[in-house]
Amino acid sequence: MWISKTIFNHFKSRLNFTPNYAPLSLLSPRRFASTIAQNPSTFNSIHDANQVIDFPGGTVKFIPEMRFISETSPKRIPCYRVLDDDGQPLANNFVQVSEEVAVRMYSNMVTLQIMDTIFYEAQRQGRISFYATTIGEEAINIASAAALTREDVIFPQYREPGPLLWRGFTLQEIAHQCFSNKYDNGKGRQMPIHYGSNKHNYFTVASTVATQVPHAVGAAYSLKMDKKDACSITYFGDGGSSEGDFHAALNFAAVMEAPVIFLCRNNGWAISTPTSDQFRSDGVVVKGQAYGVRSIRVDGNDALAIYNAVQAAREMAISEERPVLIEALTYRVGHHSTSDDSTKYRPANEIEWWRLARDPVARFRKWIERNGWWNDMAESELRNSLRQQLLHSIQVAENIEKPPIEDIFNDVYDVPPSNLREQEQWVKDTIKKHPLDYPENISA
Amino acid sequence: MATLFQGVGAVTPFSASSSLDSNKLLLPSRKSLSISDSRGSIFVYRSDALNLKAATRKQDLLIPNAVATKGETSTSAKSGHELLLFEALREGLEEEMERDPRVCVMGEDVGHYGGSYKVTKGLAEKYGDLRVLDTPIAENSFTGMGIGAAMTGLRPIVEGMNMGFLLLAFNQISNNCGMLHYTSGGQFTIPIVIRGPGGVGRQLGAEHSQRLESYFQSIPGIQMVACSTPYNAKGLMKAAIRSENPVILFEHVLLYNLKERIPDEEYVLSLEEAEMVRPGEHVTILTYSRMRYHVMQAAKTLVNKGYDPEVIDIRSLKPFDLYTIGCSVKKTHRVLIVEECMRTGGIGASLTAAITENFHDYLDAPIVCLSSQDVPTPYAGTLEEWTVVQPAQIVSAVEQLCQ
Repeated sequence: MWISKTIFNHFKSRLNFTPNYAPLSLLSPRRFASTIAQNPSTFNSIHDANQVIDFPGGTVKFIPEMRFISETSPKRIPCYRVLDDDGQPLANNFVQVSEEVAVRMYSNMVTLQIMDTIFYEAQRQGRISFYATTIGEEAINIASAAALTREDVIFPQYREPGPLLWRGFTLQEIAHQCFSNKYDNGKGRQMPIHYGSNKHNYFTVASTVATQVPHAVGAAYSLKMDKKDACSITYFGDGGSSEGDFHAALNFAAVMEAPVIFLCRNNGWAISTPTSDQFRSDGVVVKGQAYGVRSIRVDGNDALAIYNAVQAAREMAISEERPVLIEALTYRVGHHSTSDDSTKYRPANEIEWWRLARDPVARFRKWIERNGWWNDMAESELRNSLRQQLLHSIQVAENIEKPPIEDIFNDVYDVPPSNLREQEQWVKDTIKKHPLDYPENISA
Repeated sequence: MATLFQGVGAVTPFSASSSLDSNKLLLPSRKSLSISDSRGSIFVYRSDALNLKAATRKQDLLIPNAVATKGETSTSAKSGHELLLFEALREGLEEEMERDPRVCVMGEDVGHYGGSYKVTKGLAEKYGDLRVLDTPIAENSFTGMGIGAAMTGLRPIVEGMNMGFLLLAFNQISNNCGMLHYTSGGQFTIPIVIRGPGGVGRQLGAEHSQRLESYFQSIPGIQMVACSTPYNAKGLMKAAIRSENPVILFEHVLLYNLKERIPDEEYVLSLEEAEMVRPGEHVTILTYSRMRYHVMQAAKTLVNKGYDPEVIDIRSLKPFDLYTIGCSVKKTHRVLIVEECMRTGGIGASLTAAITENFHDYLDAPIVCLSSQDVPTPYAGTLEEWTVVQPAQIVSAVEQLCQ
């Protein structure tokens, strides 16, 4: 019976993991026993009755001194990094990536960078209504996707188109979505950058912050029930970690032992709110332990560190059926979106410094060049070709018709009910009567 | 919850059954019951397959069957089995869980505790902790979790311990549940069922007496149904689980202990159909959930006074079954809506608008809508009783309407 297998894994994992603190008596297996409630005092493992109290939740030692746990620790949680700023490995204990994977990762990071630049310009020219760049966070985007498999389901916030590119979503499809034309697989219903593709296991972006975090937990629960060799991963920012959904989702994932990776892109800013105004904890990584979730802090601008951490987290999540929190420290080089001018709330030279001196793409480039896998010629070829492709995709997408009127009313339900059909007819009749009042590039 | 067997009004609900067995014992006993008798006494509600004959209607035999229920094929009154409404819900849920391994339940205390109204009792033992999942207290998040699970292929049923708590889940229900099928271009479906008890109970206090159907009715992309009898509770539960759309199933705290004989055979009702409770000629009374019973009690009085009300339990709150309602309006030309929602922005308000828009020419009088007042539900028993529409008010509204 698979229930007993779950119990077995539950205890097996407890034995393998050696925490660096004395655990309270382990989660009582009452949850899996499916019968009568058991007397909690039967779980006492410490026999000295003078030292412990056995409240619900497990035995706990008592002390006569009143000690408050400090709100900060003297040292911040250290950050895992593989390559230094110059692309040199700091040690040799990281998982090597092959030339093929490394070059593919690099190309995708460059693609993301150029895509962002060109689409941002397109918005400034008035050709699309909105865009948000991922500049500065290319390593997080691509390296995390590279460490996952196609079966792992992705729940993005909105600053993670990288995994889509990695999984084969084309620049043309990106353009279709940004122009909301009839080839957009979202049928023109969402703002630009709100991509979604079930074929790529990438769930449609919703503008609401952190609502995808519990979705990822639910998906992980579903994968666990189906016993698939896959996990779910969800991305969110430092700001998103303030939402109630984040906290409850971490709690749920821990209680339900769901195989989910929570990847926080702590890029220092939530629109104009710096992290010092967002939380007073040592970032987001310390919150994991509060919910019983294993966590790690990683240098988000180091592609290899992200790759290693996500790969390890995926292994833990699936084989041990546990959630893992990864806080990737990085910097949001671009503005929050095209509706924002971040020089209004942060110094322009800070932005420039992060853009040039701490560029994750350049850093990774140094590493692959040093390995002999890349050179200047390949670089300029790639960049030129991408620029051409992008300009072409934009031109094509711009000239394609917008989705038909029916797509206003389809997919609200599986089958449109009569009131929606009536409303659709009314709109169509109105357009027929007053064609000059309506745009022309709507397909009939 | 201590509302096990308290009287709501000593009404014998008419079931929407078409079998015409007549000789049963309830007629004399019903006459002796009245509201004042119900205080503190114990009643078991019976809606056996028999009592359409009890009303003194003119045309006894001919029932042009506007009954929207399917599957009532049993001709003998002895077949079928009796159970309470919460058991009917559980039976529907269990049958669906048996039939489809992707069906799972999540909510607070649904596992070993069996649910606060015992709808999920015994299911955790049978199907295990993963399929009947106890969640921590974070409604927005476990609803979100249900949505994520639904998008990945499960068919979750999210239980709100009380509908009022689902106000915390409004963000997930409105922004994600209702929207993601649409915004993803039809790529991801969300076959989730969100259910729970709501409505005004017996002195549960304002926060636990909410009628959320009025808040949710605007959300595009969801369907809403309200059950009122064990028969339709089981049928709607099964239909909701099988539906590809997100469905919100509204149950009522005071109706969980209604008893009825339901068929042994499997049946599934339609989510978009209304139920003809009592055909009539003079006035159409539209209602749903608990108010159905107040209306039927008023119907008794009205019949004695010579009126012939047609009572329809609309069941489908979104979308409205305008076909059944329209046929009725065209026949009677007068409409009375009786609901438990508050006056402002309630289901009655939308229904009034929909009927006026579509059937204006058939109306001989303005639509009258009886609802609860726009106040939070007070705790004191007497005050609480008067925030809810009572049979006496229904009777005088009909009399006025039919002048």
